[in-house]
Amino acid sequence: MATVAERHETLRAEQERFARAGSAAPAALRALRAAGAARFDALGLPTTRLEDWRFTNIAPIAATGFRLAGEDAAGAPALVDAVGVEAAARVVVVNGRFAPALSTLGGLAPHVRVQGLAAALAADPAAVTARLDIPDTDHAFIALNTSFLEDGLHIEVAPEAVVEGFVHLIYVTTASDAPVMTHPRTLIVAGARSRLRLAQSFVGAGGAVYLTNTVTDVMLGDGAFVDIVTDQREAATAFHVAALRVDCGAASEFHSRAFTLGGRIVRNDLLARLGGEGAHVTLDGVYLGDDHQLIDNHTSIDHAMPHCTSHELYKGILDDHARAVFNGRIVVRLDAQKTDAKQTNRALLLADTAQINSNPQLEIFADDVKCTHGAAVGQLDDEAMFYLQARGLPYVEARDMLLHAFAGEVLQGIAHAPLRAAVEAALFERLERDLARHDAVEGRR
Amino acid sequence: MALLEVKNLTVRAEDKEILRGINLTVNAGEVHAIMGPNGSGKSTLARALAGHPGYEVTGGEVTYQGEDLLELAADARARKGLFMAFQYPVEIPGVNNAYFLKAALNAKRKEAGLEEYDAMDFMTLVKEKARLLQIDETMLQRSVNEGFSGGEKKRNEIFHMAVLEPVLAVLDETDSGLDIDALKVVAEGVNALRGPDRAFVVVTHYQRLLDYIVPDVVHVLSEGRIVRSGGRELALELEAKGYGWLETAGAGA
Ligand SMILES: Nc1ncnc2c1ncn2[C@@H]1O[C@H](COP(=O)(O)OP(=O)(O)OP(=O)(O)O)[C@@H](O)[C@H]1O
Ligand SMILES: [Mg+2]
Repeated sequence: MATVAERHETLRAEQERFARAGSAAPAALRALRAAGAARFDALGLPTTRLEDWRFTNIAPIAATGFRLAGEDAAGAPALVDAVGVEAAARVVVVNGRFAPALSTLGGLAPHVRVQGLAAALAADPAAVTARLDIPDTDHAFIALNTSFLEDGLHIEVAPEAVVEGFVHLIYVTTASDAPVMTHPRTLIVAGARSRLRLAQSFVGAGGAVYLTNTVTDVMLGDGAFVDIVTDQREAATAFHVAALRVDCGAASEFHSRAFTLGGRIVRNDLLARLGGEGAHVTLDGVYLGDDHQLIDNHTSIDHAMPHCTSHELYKGILDDHARAVFNGRIVVRLDAQKTDAKQTNRALLLADTAQINSNPQLEIFADDVKCTHGAAVGQLDDEAMFYLQARGLPYVEARDMLLHAFAGEVLQGIAHAPLRAAVEAALFERLERDLARHDAVEGRR
Repeated sequence: MALLEVKNLTVRAEDKEILRGINLTVNAGEVHAIMGPNGSGKSTLARALAGHPGYEVTGGEVTYQGEDLLELAADARARKGLFMAFQYPVEIPGVNNAYFLKAALNAKRKEAGLEEYDAMDFMTLVKEKARLLQIDETMLQRSVNEGFSGGEKKRNEIFHMAVLEPVLAVLDETDSGLDIDALKVVAEGVNALRGPDRAFVVVTHYQRLLDYIVPDVVHVLSEGRIVRSGGRELALELEAKGYGWLETAGAGA
């Protein structure tokens, strides 16, 4: 087996090439990249010896020599159209770079500023770099993202501003001859009492081998409201590693609804800090696994202040040899009295060969708190299936009805109807495809 | 030809022999009542007829409309007009009651070569049936049976029956848990469907239901066998005397 050092030889070469090419960048940015590279060097790519990666073997990522994706945007418009929904603004990132030509920002009021991150950095390197410099990461992929920091998106909502409708962020990786990687960075700053709804769609050229290593940081001022729908539809041959870090001010409200459909190996880290009194986070998700897909959702909620609430509901549908990991960490600090935290992970295994490792991780230091967690793994409810069939629904129709109901609980949370319809359609189209194969094998159709 | 012909049916669930040779003939136009002590196998008979995969038929025959019923899966039986009202209707969170019923009705119509109902026509039909059975319209838009009271669940079963208009309906203790007014409404629902082409098998513990749904034949099931059949006066006799006297009679017969 290759040693860790050997394994990221290509990554290091890319980092050096990238540093040389970017020698004209502002000093603050170069320093940030260098710190990321050093941190990544110290951490190395994670192995299953690490507790947080115990069930997630990323050897196929380590074994692929990824180069930074180039600027060739051919094929991007079609990919954008495939996932695009009518929105207040459409903001497209192609191969890690903001693509103004494919974006439409016209519908946004002036109190919402959407820029490419590179442009924001060029305009005000010191301030933007300071915001990006979120220390203390043990997550090698976040460090890796920082080491390649170049572009992405910078979104700022002025205090009190209310963004009508939603802003659609679309991250595209186009086809290439050899495996490529992108490291888009998205920074979202929601001023006090502002309101913003976003969707992040991830999509790539079918059949392409690529790695999306995305980091999104969200900062909510006091009383702010941010709702993010993640619509991950990467190619089945792709790797997707995503970190979403959220910092909640007092009485702010953050919602994440994450739909994981694509990717061969997927790792999502959601790290939310409730850093002000009376803040709330919702972290909901649906993940579909088929074939030999590996989907790992790691959530971590830090209840640092009193009177905060968190609500988490993840639902998985796993078929074939798919594997999933759900790790839900909830920390309730000594001061965080009157915390109310609820976590649920439910998975349906449609085949004996599908697997899930579900691990709630509660660390509670305060005494006056309400924390509940539950995990349920099972098959479709036989009695419900019989009830539906006994009224005349064929097996496939009955099962699909139960699967819709299962995922529906999370889908309902998407406030914007056209977006909900689009995500729902993508989800069930994908499910339908998986199950058609499954049913053919079992002679059901 | 009888609508339903059950011959020497034996059924097992999880290695337990439950039905030990059931014989039952139901003609179109008839109402049969099945009574019998707890655990005698009434629900097992209903589920076996409906095609529950957990109940294994180990012997005997069932002919429905001249066809081998046991060859058909549960859904195919339903589409051919067999309906079972569950003793314990299943709660199905997230599945809208009206939406489900529309799918069920359309599955049936499709098989019969009839045009499927669109949402508008379906709602018109369903609202009329709901009014007839005094079903609160909000129940249509809730998840199937979820959070329904015991009585609401039973009423919902009869409502499904009214919409699906089965040829043979097996009602498993639909009267249990109903207040006296609801019992009358349910009975009216059944009586409204009665006709020369349809038949009912009504499982009940209480002869009171039979005041409203007057049966042609009453059977007593005990330990997996029909031990006595008679007219509706048999139900009155059972009400007065219980089952004790019958079991000996059945054993001696
Ligand atoms: N799936 C099953 N697995 C094992 N035993 C079963 C199963 N279903 C029924 N039984 C058993 O078979 C017997 C008959 O059950 P059944 O539900 O048919 O009775 P019943 O006549 O409907 O009773 P009740 O009047 O209480 O509704 C009981 O002893 C019951 O425990
Ligand atoms: Mg019973």
